[in-house]
Amino acid sequence: MMPSTPTVRPIIGLEIHVQLQTRTKMFCGCPVRYDAPPNSCVCAVCLGHPGALPVINRRALEYAVLTGMALNCTIARHTKWDRKSYYYPDLPKNYQISQYDMPLAEHGSFEFDVDGTTKRVRIKRAHLEEDAGKNIHDTPGCTLVDLNRAGTPLLEIVTEPDINSAEEAYVFCVELQRLVTCLGVSEGIMQKGQMRFEPNVNLAIPADGSECRTPIAEIKNLNSFRSVRNAIAYETQRQLAAWQEDPEYVHGRRPNENRGWNDDRGVTEYQRPKEAAHDYRYFPDPDLVPVELTDAMLEATRALMPELPVARRRRLVQQFRLSPKDAETIAEHRPTAELFECVLAAGGPPETVGKQFVNVWLKLANDRGAAVTDLGVSAERMAELAQITTEGIVNKTAANQLAETMLTRPAPPRQIAEELGLIQVQDQAATARWVEQAFAENAQAVRDAMENPKKAKAAAGFLRGQVMKLSGGKADPKLVGDLIEKRLAGG
Amino acid sequence: MGAIIDISRGVRAGVQSAEGAVRAALDRVHKANHSLNALLACDADRALERARALDAARVAGHDPGPLAGVPLALKDNICTPFGITTCGSRILGTFASQYAAHVVERLEFAGAVIIGKTNLDEFAMGSSTENSAFSPTRNPWDLARVAGGSSGGSCAAVAARLVPGALGSDTGGSIRQPASFCGVTGLKPTYGRVSRFGLVAFGSSLDQIGPIAEDAGDVALLLKVIAGHDARDSTSVDVPVPDYLAALDRPLAGLRVGVSEEYFGEGLDSEVRRAVEVAIAELERGGAVVVPVHLPHMKYAIACYYIVATAEASSNLARFDGVHYGHRTENPRDFMDVYAASRGEAFGPEVKRRIMLGTYVLSSGYYDAYYLKALKVRTLIRRDFERAFEQVDVIASPVAPSPAFLVGEKAVDPLAMYLSDVYSVSANLAGIPAVSLPCGFTAAGLPIGMQLMGRMMDEGTLLAAAHQYQLRTDHHRQRPPAFAEL
Ligand SMILES: [Zn+2]
Repeated sequence: MMPSTPTVRPIIGLEIHVQLQTRTKMFCGCPVRYDAPPNSCVCAVCLGHPGALPVINRRALEYAVLTGMALNCTIARHTKWDRKSYYYPDLPKNYQISQYDMPLAEHGSFEFDVDGTTKRVRIKRAHLEEDAGKNIHDTPGCTLVDLNRAGTPLLEIVTEPDINSAEEAYVFCVELQRLVTCLGVSEGIMQKGQMRFEPNVNLAIPADGSECRTPIAEIKNLNSFRSVRNAIAYETQRQLAAWQEDPEYVHGRRPNENRGWNDDRGVTEYQRPKEAAHDYRYFPDPDLVPVELTDAMLEATRALMPELPVARRRRLVQQFRLSPKDAETIAEHRPTAELFECVLAAGGPPETVGKQFVNVWLKLANDRGAAVTDLGVSAERMAELAQITTEGIVNKTAANQLAETMLTRPAPPRQIAEELGLIQVQDQAATARWVEQAFAENAQAVRDAMENPKKAKAAAGFLRGQVMKLSGGKADPKLVGDLIEKRLAGG
Repeated sequence: MGAIIDISRGVRAGVQSAEGAVRAALDRVHKANHSLNALLACDADRALERARALDAARVAGHDPGPLAGVPLALKDNICTPFGITTCGSRILGTFASQYAAHVVERLEFAGAVIIGKTNLDEFAMGSSTENSAFSPTRNPWDLARVAGGSSGGSCAAVAARLVPGALGSDTGGSIRQPASFCGVTGLKPTYGRVSRFGLVAFGSSLDQIGPIAEDAGDVALLLKVIAGHDARDSTSVDVPVPDYLAALDRPLAGLRVGVSEEYFGEGLDSEVRRAVEVAIAELERGGAVVVPVHLPHMKYAIACYYIVATAEASSNLARFDGVHYGHRTENPRDFMDVYAASRGEAFGPEVKRRIMLGTYVLSSGYYDAYYLKALKVRTLIRRDFERAFEQVDVIASPVAPSPAFLVGEKAVDPLAMYLSDVYSVSANLAGIPAVSLPCGFTAAGLPIGMQLMGRMMDEGTLLAAAHQYQLRTDHHRQRPPAFAEL
């Protein structure tokens, strides 16, 4: 007999490494660059040469504090640096400068929306450290080491195990990327390894009136949102199957383990038991003095805090009656959202601005592979276009054409509309003449519209289109619709 | 007047050439270094070239600087962008630093000419320079004896007058103890007074670079040049550098000299005790007031020191792994063997012992009992000194419990060797400055040193007291007989 499938609850915590986009490295003056030739962005400090000493990058500290604040963390007033010791060729000092027992930020939370409901994940801690270099294994029989990345500032964010599905983990990671890019502390580009994820996954399974838990698996080094979702989804299934097969597959009785994600096969693979973790021999780095964060510094950092993506989207929906989807599109990038708000501030009617921004401006930008902020159209002119559209001076079709012309011509939209003859014609008599002509030229469509219920709607639409065409796009679509309807009804 | 001030005045005034001063030093090195092994390397061509450039600059009307033409030697754990920087270790046996230590920049900017690098215990770990991978340095006063350590090469070089001055580094007495063994004046500055940028780290929270010379005046001049803030060392202190030379005239009258019985207990050689007591009496005759002070946690200093220093060393030396630079094993079995074999082959036994000790005290489960407790003891020792310095201006003591011992005498007994640091380590633990100055000789003719310790950043008072003492005595003017004719 098969056991009934229990209601299994995945318990997921995330460790996320975010590279901070400072100009220079965490403890030296070398530039942070992704695509420089190997070992070209290095110095005695980040090479770990004898006698070289680290000096902290104040900007990295500021970015970390800002991120900690955005994650509602308590920011430490006094923090220090610790050495984490392990031997690896990509770690030139054979210790990593990190923060052990006094992280920069602790006890925070992060809220976001998943499927229309609000999810809150507690943030355990966030601390600063230096990234390691890269071991390159693409030459058989030899490993090459590139230390350009060594010393890049890294923010490690650790959540409490509050995430309960692969989808929640996925959205968390997406929202975190939006947060750090909005804050301007990281570009968050996965392909460049600027965000790396390590989920800790196990299951709570109701059994015999109580609950048992599977051993925790840590899935190492995931480099994309998709792999986070797929790896967790796979891992929860794997653990359930393992428990169903082996009742001893329970936390405490079977070891926790590190697993790796094989993207090609779509499976997680066993690496080693977690208990075999190193003794990192943390101790305070004597080369660095403890950091004291003053009120003044914290206030100055807090003043840099922009409106955060989740809050901004909610506000856009409430304040401007945007659809959640449009709000998400606009809030995706901070400069885009800021331009949008500028258009509103310049007097653009909210509803028209909302639609036009997404359907016209973002589309134009998208077609050109450019950012909407780089189109060369000011917020004021976008506002004016929305204004004359709302007032019926140009119709929607004409507005599209007008917008495209505005990209190359700096004149006010209304002037361009006049020059292009796009001003909407409100003249009832002229419109009636176009309608008459259209009816005369399309007898079959008129018959369908009047007599064939199956085709009536399409035929009416066709006639409207013909009228607009005859008007050169200048007729008021609403007036055209009214006149056609009247005439079809025998008026 | 010391030889450094003498040379720099002569060169600046044009009565002596830098080239002449440097040639003379190179000549003495050539004649005497083979018997001492004080210098590991000597770059004559570069030194002479620099000296000629200084002379040319002076002739052109430029001031060649306060150390114009002064030939100096640097302990070989201070990075120079020329030659090699070995740290007395096989693992860095051919290592060429890519950059200059802060002190090297300062010295050269002041017109000094670095003629070579001096021998040391491997990575400055030792009290005799016997732990050098390149043979021990001999004591100029008795070639059968050690020069002390770890800055044995620098102190022997100055004692034999190969050079008028040198830099050493002091983690637990490594400038002061060999200075006392060799009969020269050596200063460990306040922690943070001199930038450590370019000093190969042993115990980062204890290490300081300091000057070694014939007398307190020359030490004051060298200190003035190398002290001061350096943004590349986060532990370097941003406090203005006083004019140490001008402060030397401060008289002994009214100086309160602390004497702590903790420094005169069991294990102190009777000749050393007597010499130091006589020296303290001489300070009193000059007008100083002797005040007894109590330093109750002194007895824990050695244990505390060997935990803190080895813990830091175990981590600092992790980078010497054969992967990026330095010695690499020939045929590693696998990836881990690159580390294990390279380090196993190239580190000496004392360095290995300290790495193991340090690794042990930082290991999970032992950290609290050893490292954390040592940090607490360190705070207590620091407070002892703070309290004592409410009552006195300096504290006088022996530098080491004995005069220079025989080569090989303590090499087999690490613990006995560690105990030779018993009077010097607490200044490093507390971060305070301390100077070692010659205060007499044993019946066998071996130099004896007195230590003066002072308040944080108060090198001025220490150097003035040392200078005033030296005005009244001539121990520091004695030269080792075997090298008197150089
Ligand atoms: Zn660098």
